[in-house]
Amino acid sequence: MKDLFRGKLVRLTSEEPEFRAKHEVNWQRDTEFHRLADSDPAELNSEKKIKEWAEKNAEGGFKPARYPFSIRALDDDKLIGFIGLWLDLVHGEAWIGIGIGEREYWGKGYGTDAMKLALQYAFMELGMQRVSLGLHEYNARALKSYEKAGFRLEGRTRQDMLREGKRTDSLWMGILRAEWLALQNG
Amino acid sequence: MFDIATQLFESPDIRFGPIDYEKDPEIESKWTHNAEFMRLFDLEPARPMSAAIVKKQYEKLEKKIDEDKNLFHFMIRAKADDRLIGKAMIQRIEWANGNCQMRLGIGSADDRRKSYGAQALKMLLRFAFAELNMFRVTANVAEYNEGAIALLQKFGFTEEVRRRQSLEREGRRWDLLVFGLLKDEWLKQAQA
Repeated sequence: MKDLFRGKLVRLTSEEPEFRAKHEVNWQRDTEFHRLADSDPAELNSEKKIKEWAEKNAEGGFKPARYPFSIRALDDDKLIGFIGLWLDLVHGEAWIGIGIGEREYWGKGYGTDAMKLALQYAFMELGMQRVSLGLHEYNARALKSYEKAGFRLEGRTRQDMLREGKRTDSLWMGILRAEWLALQNG
Repeated sequence: MFDIATQLFESPDIRFGPIDYEKDPEIESKWTHNAEFMRLFDLEPARPMSAAIVKKQYEKLEKKIDEDKNLFHFMIRAKADDRLIGKAMIQRIEWANGNCQMRLGIGSADDRRKSYGAQALKMLLRFAFAELNMFRVTANVAEYNEGAIALLQKFGFTEEVRRRQSLEREGRRWDLLVFGLLKDEWLKQAQA
């Protein structure tokens, strides 16, 4: 059996709420990070509130069908981001959200490695038929990373975002179970 | 169309109205016993619901409308006899981005193909663009829902995303289609 939680560059973990909140309060100050990862307006929340949120949401599990992870770099064991799966159990579809909050780890393959682990988890452990995600069209780094992990672009919702006075599209990608399996054998 | 005096919730044959807790639960309960309607209206598993359960869901819905401030819900009634025939919704509003999702359902097969759906969609879009001042409206439709797809296309929606094999029904996978309509596209078709 493969190690589900250890890739080439990162491992997936579950962190203590206090520890996660200490990092997240810093990531939240980076509005470029926020605007790459999210479509809601940027917020600044107290460490206390983030900790309480982490306590409530980190548990996850089968009901509700939510599997949140933290991401640590293997070389220095630093907590660098998060990745989570939300499942539609009836239709066998998982949605993935990922964020690498530590900027020094951008563009170096850490996110892609975490995404590969999340896909392996979705198909090999959760038994999903398909995994979906969305991104902003101005996030070229994410697009490249998701393509590397095996996602295919399935369309764009036109001008659904307004940022800095400019209308931009959201892109939507998906990978089917059969496509993922073919990549593992290829 | 651009007249303040033109009623938002009145069409030739139908009107939008609030929930009637006395009469509506029984009618909607009947709809939920019809699997075909449930599978056209919702991606969640179809299940029959008693009038009591429907009533509880109305209460939950009105509470959510109050708390979340990103959802509007209308009952569709036939003007002739004030009969409940369907429901319409604007949901998941992102105020900062000016986008939202719409949902529309005509409950009984006898009331379909009578232009009720088209009249309701016309009102719903005017509400979204001219009252909520949305920049775009999104609609998600299963690929097997041909009636809904035809109606959206008639109103100028563009198919933007095809989420391949997103749904499992009747032992096979189906695509989920995402349609979008922008404000200037709505203006063009509303003026035509």
